[in-house]
Amino acid sequence: MTATPEASTDAQQELLDHFEATIRRYDRIEPRDWMPEKYRSTLVRQIAQHAHSEIIGMQPEGNWITRAPSLRRKAILLAKVQDEAGHGLYLYSACETLGVSRRQLTDRLINGTQKYSSIFNYPALSYADVGTIGWLVDGAAICNQVPLCRTSYGPYGRAMIRICKEESFHQRQGYELLMTMMGGTDEQRAMVQESVDRFWWPSLMMFGPPDAESPNTQQSMAWGIKRDTNDELRQKFVDMTVPQAKALGVSLPDPELRWNDERGQHDFGQPDWAEFAAVVKGSGPCNAQRIAHRRRADDEGAWVRAAATAFARRSQPAAGDQPAAGEEPAR
Amino acid sequence: MSERNSADDEVQGEWPLYEIFVRGKRGLNHVHVGSLHAADDEMALRHARDVYTRRNEGVSIWAVRANAIAASSPDEKDPLFAPAADKVYRHPTFYKIPDNVPNL
Repeated sequence: MTATPEASTDAQQELLDHFEATIRRYDRIEPRDWMPEKYRSTLVRQIAQHAHSEIIGMQPEGNWITRAPSLRRKAILLAKVQDEAGHGLYLYSACETLGVSRRQLTDRLINGTQKYSSIFNYPALSYADVGTIGWLVDGAAICNQVPLCRTSYGPYGRAMIRICKEESFHQRQGYELLMTMMGGTDEQRAMVQESVDRFWWPSLMMFGPPDAESPNTQQSMAWGIKRDTNDELRQKFVDMTVPQAKALGVSLPDPELRWNDERGQHDFGQPDWAEFAAVVKGSGPCNAQRIAHRRRADDEGAWVRAAATAFARRSQPAAGDQPAAGEEPAR
Repeated sequence: MSERNSADDEVQGEWPLYEIFVRGKRGLNHVHVGSLHAADDEMALRHARDVYTRRNEGVSIWAVRANAIAASSPDEKDPLFAPAADKVYRHPTFYKIPDNVPNL
């Protein structure tokens, strides 16, 4: 890497050398370490996008909670959506260690200066979609996230470890839901197939643009923020998913999908990258609705946050107050 | 996480930052698991339960205001930890004991 402008003095060159040596040893960078500004801003962008995805990701499925077909499915879906909120919070905490505030992050989501995964701009139209989102969307997320447990920024890696542990329930409940529907009527089987047909391509888009068109990948790999390229992860996901689709009894809507003996991997077609670009830019089926909903939740929650703050001020000694001499601090 | 200036939050009208420590089971230390914002101590504990112990991860939670934590600075580099580096005789492997002496 070439020296950045701020590393013009000897002292700063030393900081940069120390940073790069840490990365080379596969050691982790921790919040109060010196880091290049570009490393920090890349992480803020990536972690924030990830956090926003978890928070916006509650919407497509959350919409079905009141219409779950049984109490069992309702309890499962509630737990899953609650997990997504938790994942968002782990990631916001990690992002805040880089010197951005929660308020700033929420504002950047609502005003569109930071993105979230394009997949959540597609609607969940039937209960089969709850299963497909668990199986394919969370499956793709797991493929993306497992290598991120080894990312070079400590707080991000630790958040990913927690998330990955919980994500496996999400994928399995989705697959089990689809298996149950596949054991039902012809109409239910058709619902599953229709849902898989709709979500297959958007799921492949979750890994981001092809490597050749992914401007950030190379630097992110050099800094150990990313450990695998978009195309490597996409391939892994396809190879994992094909046998699962077969066991489920559904087809995947890609005429080019076939096993390649020579490569020991599947060949598969490319998603419609023009559609991907359009959805990222804001013209997906649900972009406006998702952001409007998040904005409404923020606006309507404002008085609750203000009331809690006022209550805390009144009932607690101001921060920094010491207990009186001889008084035991509360344990 | 205790590693940023949480006084900034209150300037921006955000709830204070708390660091959360969870005892996984009896007999273990509380371990740092992450952080969260809350208006007061009671809310911090409730949020910590929901955010960090949804799957029986703990039997006890500590919530500590991040601005109450004193932390060593990474900028100090060697001086703070240097005294530990040159005292190899603090480690059992420093001492040569013949192989035929048992249980030592």
